[in-house]
Amino acid sequence: MSNPLKPSTILSAFCLLSSLLAPPVLASGEVNIYSARKEDLIKPLLDDFSRQTGIAVNLVTGKEEALLQRLQSEGANTPADMLLTTDAGRLSAARKAGVLQAVKSEALTARIPASYRDPEGYWYGLSVRARPIIYARDRVRPADLSTYENLADPKWKGRICVRSSDSVYNQSLVAGLISHQGEARTEAWAKGLVANFARPPAGGDRDQIKAVAAGECDVTLANTYYLGGMVNSSDEAEKQAAAKVAVFWPDAQTTGVHVNVSGAGITAHARNRDNAVRLLEFLAGDSAQRWYAETNNEYPVNPAIPPSATLKAWGEFKADTLNVAKLGELNATAVQVMDRAGWK
Amino acid sequence: MTVSPEPEASTPPVTTLPAAGNGLLRWLRARWLGLDRWSLLVVGVALLLALPVLTVFVAALQPTGAVWRHLAATVLTDYVRDSMLLMLGVGAGALLIGVPAAWLTSIYEFPGRRLFEWALLLPMAIPAYIIAYTYTGLLDFAGPLQTALRQWFHWTRQDYWFPEIRSLPGAVVMLALVLYPYVYLLARAAFLDQSVAVLEVSRTLGAGPWRRFFAVSLPMARPALIAGVSLVQMEALADYGTVQYFGVGTFTTGIFRVWYGMNDSTAAAQLAALLLLFVFALLLFERLSRRRARFHHIGNRQYRPQRLPLAGPAGWLATGTCLLPLLFGFLIPAGQLTAWALRTAPRVVDGRFLQLLVNSLLLALGAALLALALAVLLGYGQRLRPRPLVRLAVWSAGLGYAVPGTVVAIGVMLPFAALDRSVDAWAREWLGLSTGLLLSGTLTALLFAYCARFLPVALHSVEAGLTRIRPSMDDAARSLGSTPRGVLWRVHIPMLRGSLLTAVLLVFVDVLKELPATLILRPFNFNTLAVRTYELASDERLADSASFALAVVLAGIGPVILLSRAIGRARPGYDPVP
Repeated sequence: MSNPLKPSTILSAFCLLSSLLAPPVLASGEVNIYSARKEDLIKPLLDDFSRQTGIAVNLVTGKEEALLQRLQSEGANTPADMLLTTDAGRLSAARKAGVLQAVKSEALTARIPASYRDPEGYWYGLSVRARPIIYARDRVRPADLSTYENLADPKWKGRICVRSSDSVYNQSLVAGLISHQGEARTEAWAKGLVANFARPPAGGDRDQIKAVAAGECDVTLANTYYLGGMVNSSDEAEKQAAAKVAVFWPDAQTTGVHVNVSGAGITAHARNRDNAVRLLEFLAGDSAQRWYAETNNEYPVNPAIPPSATLKAWGEFKADTLNVAKLGELNATAVQVMDRAGWK
Repeated sequence: MTVSPEPEASTPPVTTLPAAGNGLLRWLRARWLGLDRWSLLVVGVALLLALPVLTVFVAALQPTGAVWRHLAATVLTDYVRDSMLLMLGVGAGALLIGVPAAWLTSIYEFPGRRLFEWALLLPMAIPAYIIAYTYTGLLDFAGPLQTALRQWFHWTRQDYWFPEIRSLPGAVVMLALVLYPYVYLLARAAFLDQSVAVLEVSRTLGAGPWRRFFAVSLPMARPALIAGVSLVQMEALADYGTVQYFGVGTFTTGIFRVWYGMNDSTAAAQLAALLLLFVFALLLFERLSRRRARFHHIGNRQYRPQRLPLAGPAGWLATGTCLLPLLFGFLIPAGQLTAWALRTAPRVVDGRFLQLLVNSLLLALGAALLALALAVLLGYGQRLRPRPLVRLAVWSAGLGYAVPGTVVAIGVMLPFAALDRSVDAWAREWLGLSTGLLLSGTLTALLFAYCARFLPVALHSVEAGLTRIRPSMDDAARSLGSTPRGVLWRVHIPMLRGSLLTAVLLVFVDVLKELPATLILRPFNFNTLAVRTYELASDERLADSASFALAVVLAGIGPVILLSRAIGRARPGYDPVP
């Protein structure tokens, strides 16, 4: 009997495997990206960029912390020229870890408001994500809603759904509150909020919206692009659920709605620095900004570009002007506050 | 080292110490250090595979204070409790589903038996977080079932009670449904392997079916059951997707919370090290329970086994027992996935699909063969040289399975990057050129991570097979002049065919589903079906992810069927039809 396990057989299978799997990488005229934005939410833009400039873009997607760890461990040898994340906190962590370099660019500073980029140009926000209150049209009067802080009021007892405090969106929201009103007051607020939960926190943002639509609870916190995705969903049930809820923009009289950005920075050891800067400028450019708005219902960072029709329907709002870098600095404190408040 | 017959006067005294005065040292040398080629090879390979786990321990050694005080004061007891409950619950669930199904399909004949034999393995092709998502879609408050109930009875939220799927018990059920096949598989292999004669004898001695099961077959199958349950429990401990989605706080969610949320990788490594202590206890228990008895079978070829027919209600009861896990573990979730996929496939499936499939299949195949080769090496090396150091090394190579995939991946990434850096520095200094990254971000690193993580799956299977071969076989072959390698190739491997195939296919299906290591370590522009599934699902586009999830499942089904047939054929006394 011929044995399938001979070392030579395994070795040749291995070689065959690596040759079949090795992706072609162009030697020049390229730019390499580590991206925490999902492939679907960035690749079309990158393809556009390649078509316009002839520069090939190589992409690895993944979770931000893991990509940051990969950048750090690869050190000076890293092939990555750009780090793209979906959260400003991770960008400031990357800056602190020393894996980014500062970039000065008129094209970027002119288009991107100061609160959405690093003061020294280590990273730039590319799209804005707002986290407003979403409520059930038939059971909540918008006049009863006012601020995030008001959600801790006992009148909401058993009426609030929210996702787990593992979610970076909640962590960053709480970090914003800590920045505005201090740790002690935020912790007291978080305890009040937890006391108002309709059920233990679980699921994603869309799950919270569906729970509000179905009547499990009356209000929740969710990022707008999830609701936008439901409004434009191919699933009739999701569309119907989205129609039963509405957006309330909290803190209009005070600090404004909590916002975060997805953004990017050039790596400290980028070999294709110029290409990477060109890509960054492209992503902040008009056509890319419009794409963010139309395809994923995010708000463009560039105030001159109008949001999508879906977003416009929800009205204008006052966004928090706190520099989003602050959210990253306070993220660890936010997690501890939520742990102490019993927010699972 | 050559030893001269007459020690010279100048020889250092340590080598000439009398035995009585140096018993401990001699014992140590004999038991631990007298390493020949086989031992060195096995210890070396095992330690290499244990590298990711060792990296975690090294990272955990750095001091950290404030975060631990915070954890101890707030969530740590919850992590410990929920991890324990999850582990015990999933283990018990997998036994309750897997053992009866394995017993029925191996001993009895009843309606649908031939179908169930392989179909009961199907749930293992479904990634755990996918089944969690599908059931949540069906069973949560906003899902079709509860909505229909409320409409029929005009209930509101306060009027009725319904089990909350997104909870610890929910997570236990989800994980048990997709993990029980490990128990079923190993239990069935053990039942089929049990000498028919033993069962026949117990029957002629008047033991009824229940007694034969509890007093004869079950004790004989114990090593296989414990191996199966410990695999299931390790996988449950390592699960992240399901528990995170359900809001259950286990060690795994804690590790990521501390690492991502508090940006403290040292405390995260310490939590991971604590998780490993759990696993130590688990594995120690497994070893101890295996040590107490020998499980070689006597006699090889018996007559062709006769399945006992179960007629009437008993037969339908057996059918029902086997149908339930298949229904809930596979048919319902796969049906839901199919329904979604039919709606969304035209929009999401494009030209890249084929490449994803090829990438997934080749990667899984490569990793499976590699893991098999390593498992055979370690398993056989341990049989040849059962000294403590070798056992310890092999044991430590098996820890990676219980650690979240991301942690293993980081444990691969850090040492590989360090190696790359030092080679690069050396080359710059001596050759004046930069070698850049040789291993980091390559498929080699990825395959290594798969082996480090899934080796235990292959090793369990190989070891279980090896223990069933009597040592006298080795002795006979050796006395006829065969070398240890010759014994392996010409005696063991042919006899182990079933176990080896099991090992390959288990790793294959596991790698097909694997996500975290693939995500972190893969090269540029390289995606797999699992990565694509995850990207869409984590963007809360469940219906869009269904086509890719279904492709993972379908790619896993072929191997699963093969696996089942191989086990059926491996039964002693079974005459293969020519």
